[in-house]
Amino acid sequence: MENINLKSIFNQLKVNAEWFGVRKVRESNTYRMIRDGNPQANSTGISHGIMVEVLKNGQFAYAASSDMSTASIQEAIDRAIIIAESSSKNPLYNFSEDVRPSNKGNYRSDRSKTDLPLKEINNILFKSYESLKVSDKIVSASATARITETNYQFLSSSGAEIEQDFLIIGSSFDAVSQDKGITQRRTDNGRGRMFQSGYEVFDELELTSMCNKIGEQAVELLYADECPTETTNLVLAPDQMLLQIHESIGHPLEVDRILGDERNYAGWSFVREEDFGTLKYGSDIMNITFDPTIKKELASYGFDDSGKKAEKEYIIKDGVLLRGLGGTESEQRSGIKGVANFRACSWNRPPIDRMANLNLEPGDSSFDDIISGVEKGVYMESNRSWSIDDYRNKFQFGCEYGKLIENGKLTKTIKNPNYRGVTTPFWNNLTKVGDSSTFEVFGTPNCGKGEPNQSVRVGHASPTCLFSNIEVFGGA
Amino acid sequence: MEQFFKNLSQKILSNVKSDEHVMLNFWGEDSHFTRFNQSKVRQNGFVSDTTLSITLISNQRTCSTSFSLTKNLDNDLSQSLEHFNSLRKDIVFLPEDPFIVFPKEGKSSSQKKSGNLLAIEDVVDSLSPAIKNVDLAGIWASGHIFVGYANSKGLFHWFSTDSYSFDYSLITETEKMVKDTFAGTEFNLDSYNSFMNNSIMQLKMLENTPMQLNPGDYRTYIAPAGVSDLLGMFSWNGLSEGAIRRGQSAFLKMKNDNAKLSPCFSLNEDFSTGLTPMFNDEGELTVTKLPLINDGILKNTLINSRTAKEYNIDSNFASGWEGLRSPVMATGDLNENNISQEIDKGVFLNNLHYLNWSDNIGGRITGMTRYACFWVENGEIVAPIENMRFDDTIYNIFGDNLESVTSHSQFIPDTGTYSSRSFGGTECPGILLNSFSLTL
Repeated sequence: MENINLKSIFNQLKVNAEWFGVRKVRESNTYRMIRDGNPQANSTGISHGIMVEVLKNGQFAYAASSDMSTASIQEAIDRAIIIAESSSKNPLYNFSEDVRPSNKGNYRSDRSKTDLPLKEINNILFKSYESLKVSDKIVSASATARITETNYQFLSSSGAEIEQDFLIIGSSFDAVSQDKGITQRRTDNGRGRMFQSGYEVFDELELTSMCNKIGEQAVELLYADECPTETTNLVLAPDQMLLQIHESIGHPLEVDRILGDERNYAGWSFVREEDFGTLKYGSDIMNITFDPTIKKELASYGFDDSGKKAEKEYIIKDGVLLRGLGGTESEQRSGIKGVANFRACSWNRPPIDRMANLNLEPGDSSFDDIISGVEKGVYMESNRSWSIDDYRNKFQFGCEYGKLIENGKLTKTIKNPNYRGVTTPFWNNLTKVGDSSTFEVFGTPNCGKGEPNQSVRVGHASPTCLFSNIEVFGGA
Repeated sequence: MEQFFKNLSQKILSNVKSDEHVMLNFWGEDSHFTRFNQSKVRQNGFVSDTTLSITLISNQRTCSTSFSLTKNLDNDLSQSLEHFNSLRKDIVFLPEDPFIVFPKEGKSSSQKKSGNLLAIEDVVDSLSPAIKNVDLAGIWASGHIFVGYANSKGLFHWFSTDSYSFDYSLITETEKMVKDTFAGTEFNLDSYNSFMNNSIMQLKMLENTPMQLNPGDYRTYIAPAGVSDLLGMFSWNGLSEGAIRRGQSAFLKMKNDNAKLSPCFSLNEDFSTGLTPMFNDEGELTVTKLPLINDGILKNTLINSRTAKEYNIDSNFASGWEGLRSPVMATGDLNENNISQEIDKGVFLNNLHYLNWSDNIGGRITGMTRYACFWVENGEIVAPIENMRFDDTIYNIFGDNLESVTSHSQFIPDTGTYSSRSFGGTECPGILLNSFSLTL
């Protein structure tokens, strides 16, 4: 059952509908973790199944099954038709098959090293763990590897024929320090290190050196001052910009949210349909792109789950909102220009608008230019806490590690750095954008949204940025 | 499905060698999902998904694999044995694990609940008339969910239920919302219509012009749905013994420094409702009722057998992630009919949104108010409020600032559908706080 011939089955299906498509996904997730010197997890999970979609009476309906026999797929088709017919009694919108483009093509994640023996991965994790343990103040430490391989096939009655292969490597390293009743934690970039890449990511020298720094900073934080409470200049590293972009740009610009689909779960948006082309989202140096073409970035792909070809588009240019993060269905419903982001987490969930790779384009300031221009402020790295309202306006984010900026220099380390703000005033306070030397790519596999719920991979790349007049504060 | 898993597990386990131990976990769903926006159908579909996990233990090493099943016994047995043999090849390369939880003998269990659910072709016809004059967004989820366990010592557990939930928000023209969930195992159209009418009536309370509050500390009532969200945080670096031992818990102060919460606050894990399986992924049955916090004093944490081995303590057979599975918070003596009067001047919060630890070790939680939230003055609801951010500690919310707890509790079903539909939910009352910190 693992190796079915999808095209052969597809050609045998009997479908009384305006359009139909079949999506087959096989995804394996291998997870290895060493904690406190002992193995904590050695597991592999394989999810494999099909989703059929039919368009009947202007209504799409889906049926998904982990049974991929011809009979089961035919049964799914028949069930989807019954469901589509029932939807047509109270439809939100009548779709045409134009929202399922008939593209043909392939995509494959870029990779150099295509395999690494299990024993070697474990050895590297052990050595990384040992590098985290810089002193007896580190009371717990862990090193984790996650390897995801996905094969995706899509066929449709209008001629779409797409195959995509993804190889995704993620690692995370975590050191918890304690002394005199104080506990601190430091990780690798707030656990944002997940890439489309080969096994070259497991570079022992690079990882052990990084882990050593994580351990040292975890101890350093124990003796650091609390982050001050004040309104000041804030410099955010790319591994915090990841979260800032995701929550305060990505989600509010997802067009299904603007159209109200998510009002019962993830929420609505402060952005309205009439804002596209006019809303001054941020300062003139703010340029945001939807870019599925950066090879290493987590949510790169060739086609979305409607079959639309994925291309780079400017979402915000010179601070002005131009385009929504909406797929073909949202484009037809709203008339707002969108992107190829109609995506499902797997074979057992229907596609919805997801942000995929959303990046802040580099500016022209070096890291030194940014810091040296700040008389007083705070620098923050690596996300550790996040919360934002259902309209994506009022946010509060916390970081792992901070530094005071005094007279153009990074000075004292500070612990528990937090900041809060409101989305458009915050982005209009964007004062400097780092150049390409400060630009870094990150990603996370845990973006939750949708009913039924889905967790998908997203990528965010950004330079270091300076914001002025931001409320910062410390811990409890 | 129980018989299918019995047959499959017996055939797999008959292949276990004398120096091997094996645990099998089986779970899945046959679920119908209908998504509504503006009271009309946005997306509609069906998911049939079944998964088996095999955990192999041999020579003080362990590894596991899970994979999708077809529900065809021959096919599934064949691929199961293939995966089993892959585990045997991998396990020799793994390091020894001193904290392995070995499968045990014990009393097997089977709990099955069948229900009366709407046919997939009847859902739209049945749900739509009651909502045709309002703006509703939400999700209907219905069908059969199941979970099973078997091991090489002959232990077998099964839990399955038919269930439905209609989790929805009703929205006014001024974008104020009422949130509710109609859920159960026996669908009754009259009960549904009555429940929905009651929700629609609540919308009228939201028609007044909303007020914008300034940041500050307010006397506040939080209704059971909001309390359920706060208690949900106890599952994330909260009552987990492992998290406490590794210095990553909001309850460190209670465990290590004898910090106390309010005498009004008690919390149990209570499986007597029968809505959640009592067995965990290792096939261990927990006690029916485990006191966690009694009158503000920490009595027990959630201890999985792996954590127990690691720290040489007794297990209370918590789940692998040591989160709450069937939480029940004790009621108090605050009369629900007098809540506005008891607030006198302050805030009435029905729901909270997007909670996270803003300082995990300090026990500080941030999040948003959401849905039907009101300003109360002179003991009367005056107007809905614009959403506010809060940032306050559990030591204030369930401790120093907890004034009283309502005399009735409410069951808040878990409507989560990540991976598959969830079991159970949280039973809790509302809480009245003499101060709650709204920050933005």
